[in-house]
Amino acid sequence: MIVVVGAGPAGIAAALRAQECGARVTVVDDNPAPGGQIWRGDSNVWLTRFRASGIPFIASARVITGDAQAQTLLVETPEGARKLTWDKLIIAAGSRELFLPFPGWTLPGVFGAGGLQALAKSGLSVADKTVVIGGTGPLLLAVAAYLRQHGAHVKLIAEQASPAGLAGFAKELLRNPNKLLQGVALARHIAGSPYVTNCWIESATGQGRLEAVTLRQGRRTWTERCDFAAIGYGLVPDNELATFLMNSPNVVIAGTGELNLAILEGEIAGFTVAGYPERALGLYGKREKAHRFATALQHTFALRHELKSLPRPDTIVCRCEDVTFGLLCEFPNSRAAKLHTRCGMGPCQGRICGPAAEFLFGWNPGSLRPPLFPAKIGSLMPATTE
Amino acid sequence: MDAQDHQYNIALPGTTIDALIVGAGIVGAACARELSLAGLKVTVCDESDVIGGGATAAGMGHLAVMDDSEAQFALTSYSQTLWHELSPQLPAEAEYLPCGSLWVAADAEEMEEVNRKFRFYSARAIRVELLDEQQIAEAEPNLRPGLSGGLLMCAASVCYPPCAAAFLMKRITFLPGRRVIAVSSDGVDFADGTRLAAGLTILATGTEITRLVPNAPVYPRKGHLLITDRYPGFLNHQLIELGYLKSAHSTESDSVAFNVQPRQTGQILIGSSRQYGTEDPATESHMLSRMLARAVEYMPGLTELSAIRTWTGFRAATPDKLPLIGPCESLNNVYLATGHEGLGIATSLATARLLADHILGRASAISLEPYLPGRRFAAHG
Amino acid sequence: MAECIVIRVNGHAISVRDGITVAVALLQADELHFRTSVTGEPRAPLCGMGICFECRVTINGHTHARSCQILVREGMQVVT
Ligand SMILES: Cc1cc2nc3c(=O)[nH]c(=O)nc-3n(C[C@H](O)[C@H](O)[C@H](O)COP(=O)(O)OP(=O)(O)OC[C@H]3O[C@@H](n4cnc5c(N)ncnc54)[C@H](O)[C@@H]3O)c2cc1C
Ligand SMILES: Cc1cc2nc3c(=O)[nH]c(=O)nc-3n(C[C@H](O)[C@H](O)[C@H](O)COP(=O)(O)OP(=O)(O)OC[C@H]3O[C@@H](n4cnc5c(N)ncnc54)[C@H](O)[C@@H]3O)c2cc1C
Ligand code: FES
Repeated sequence: MIVVVGAGPAGIAAALRAQECGARVTVVDDNPAPGGQIWRGDSNVWLTRFRASGIPFIASARVITGDAQAQTLLVETPEGARKLTWDKLIIAAGSRELFLPFPGWTLPGVFGAGGLQALAKSGLSVADKTVVIGGTGPLLLAVAAYLRQHGAHVKLIAEQASPAGLAGFAKELLRNPNKLLQGVALARHIAGSPYVTNCWIESATGQGRLEAVTLRQGRRTWTERCDFAAIGYGLVPDNELATFLMNSPNVVIAGTGELNLAILEGEIAGFTVAGYPERALGLYGKREKAHRFATALQHTFALRHELKSLPRPDTIVCRCEDVTFGLLCEFPNSRAAKLHTRCGMGPCQGRICGPAAEFLFGWNPGSLRPPLFPAKIGSLMPATTE
Repeated sequence: MDAQDHQYNIALPGTTIDALIVGAGIVGAACARELSLAGLKVTVCDESDVIGGGATAAGMGHLAVMDDSEAQFALTSYSQTLWHELSPQLPAEAEYLPCGSLWVAADAEEMEEVNRKFRFYSARAIRVELLDEQQIAEAEPNLRPGLSGGLLMCAASVCYPPCAAAFLMKRITFLPGRRVIAVSSDGVDFADGTRLAAGLTILATGTEITRLVPNAPVYPRKGHLLITDRYPGFLNHQLIELGYLKSAHSTESDSVAFNVQPRQTGQILIGSSRQYGTEDPATESHMLSRMLARAVEYMPGLTELSAIRTWTGFRAATPDKLPLIGPCESLNNVYLATGHEGLGIATSLATARLLADHILGRASAISLEPYLPGRRFAAHG
Repeated sequence: MAECIVIRVNGHAISVRDGITVAVALLQADELHFRTSVTGEPRAPLCGMGICFECRVTINGHTHARSCQILVREGMQVVT
């Protein structure tokens, strides 16, 4: 039995390819429906094929721990905990957004860029809302286009990268005609919303909720009133489970931030794990290309140093435990900070503040122990195996 | 060796450090504070760069009084008094919470033991209250119905050990990231090849003592803990089942006991397990689930609470369940302060006070005798 | 168009589209104070995907429910 964790593009591609090879596959995902972050609520060829495939899909199932020796996973579902046994495991857990703390980022109305899009895809009406988008990377453009299509007034897209860097990115686009077309399509959708480079959101203000953001470009700062701000500084892989089970030879990890690369990695993982690695041969070249593109993206949208000085001493870094930047500055590493300030001790288990602290202070993330995600105590008690 | 010698050593020409303490856990921190308050120039070193990063980061922080032996009672009750005196000075992050603790009796046989404890503590002027079936249900509504009763230890409290240790270490010179590999009567050698001279050295290295003093009768005893999200009001007291004694006393087999603690944050800390013969710090799911199943037997409502994190720690166990406090037999000017098993947070202050009294030749409130490292041990079971 | 159902938010009945998440229902009703942080700040969803725990509310008596991961149900009691 092959178990696939994650029903985003990589997981779906992996499951379908493995099934084509005659393997028995099950897919688990913590969302109510397949699609992952990018395809949430969409329909496309892959999703349609997946729905028609008859591959068992365990929805709303959060993997809370795994055992590399026993080859099991413990998953929590609304109906209770289940233990799944696997011969091969494909982890396609995707990524989350990177958030960098700045004054006011905890105000209600400041969302992740992908976060606001996800909420909109799950039914939030953004019509007539005024939105400022800030951060870095192509996701900002995709979010801007999506929100505008749904009636939002996107006042501005603040991209921290420099125009020179973006020119390099444009060259890379020319080498990928598909990407270029996507880019042109996006550009049409965001026309009318200024795309400002070398620019970032410096602070957010409001009484109990977001009312305005202050932007900076070089020496110039100015304020824009808005209902929502959508912020994203790139992606952080959700690699907790992968790291935890890394030592097993029967575990394969697939998928990273970029869509095409994720699909290709999923397909390759599916073929390989199902025992037909030769069928994946034709995909390696494409993956190489997708990989180059992803690397170029990373290079183009590398975070600039100035962002490290956004937080003020009283700016909260750990949102679960309300630990401030000033307090954290007194500690040499994440473990000392955690033990003495509670930074990262809350329910997000450091998923939000950990990557931020890594950027701000260069701190390594802490160690992993089950549950890899907060779980009901009842779920951690003896469970029956399936 | 008498106090006079030590006075001399402390003033040894050329030494700039009167007392070097190896280990920045709660025990080392408490020793540092005592000696520094007495006017000694104290330095603390630790192989990690965190204060309280060893067992102190893992312990429950229950400041309990126990009655396994007269000597255990003397040390725990003296220390509780010292904690009480110190508590007004503790900073908020030390999360000192005088919640009291409650021994839970499941049946008539355990109620007998509750009665015995009641007589024991009452005779020694410790504030205790007997609770019957109804009173215990009122004191802790989330306990399962039908328990026989319990014993409330009114003066018990809990704290957050790493921050308590950091408070004790305030204004003390700290050398982080320095692992001691050898000890002698005039100082220590570090793993990085450097040496440090000191008038006296205290080894407060917890379970690691056998790396420096190979024949010290200390064995690591692994424990698991789990913490929940915040549920203020769910739990009012530190609760311990009487079966805990069976668990804590068994010297060979793995055991679990119902032992839950309310944190000032509203979180619930759930323990505890005891295992010998393993030095692997990984959370073991079979021990964890056994421990949780035990807790849920007593508090069924726990199943619905969200668990945020689990971890493990190692207690420094000794054959007679008493710590090693006092001069190291084989080395002049070297002292031990370790072997506190599951009571090192609770007894850290008394340990430090007794050791300082001994070093400085002061009179002590209780006798150091039962804890001297040179005492005779029955063969380890 | 999806049907409407009724949920209660802090005691007030509101009519919401079926099939949306509780977080979306609250935002749609202009409720931006989902939870109060440990130092008393109002908080609302950040990640929208179940990671950040900022969208926690009490649903049918269960505290710490991540509203961005839970679909609305007829008669649901939500407390922020
Ligand atoms: C009373 C109390 C309450 C607590 N409450 C909470 C809470 O609410 N939430 C919570 O999350 N925790 C809580 N804790 C637990 C505590 O913070 C730690 O989880 C526990 O002490 C284990 O620490 P750790 O995970 O930092 O250590 P580990 O990371 O297990 O540390 C072990 C050692 O290994 C090193 N190490 C680990 N991984 C690596 C690596 N990859 N590379 C290099 N070195 C590594 C570390 O530096 C450290 O020295 C509480 C503890 C106590 C005592
Ligand atoms: C699960 C569990 C629950 C517990 N519950 C309680 C409780 O409720 N109440 C209670 O009172 N106690 C409890 N304890 C026990 C308590 O945690 C310990 O007794 C106490 O923390 C011991 O403190 P310490 O300073 O002796 O050791 P540690 O905190 O381990 O400190 C020793 C320090 O020495 C350093 N070190 C070691 N070797 C060297 C070297 N060679 N060179 C330099 N540095 C070195 C280490 O890095 C470490 O920082 C519990 C323990 C566990 C595991
Ligand atoms: S919005 Fe982040 S968990 Fe719901």
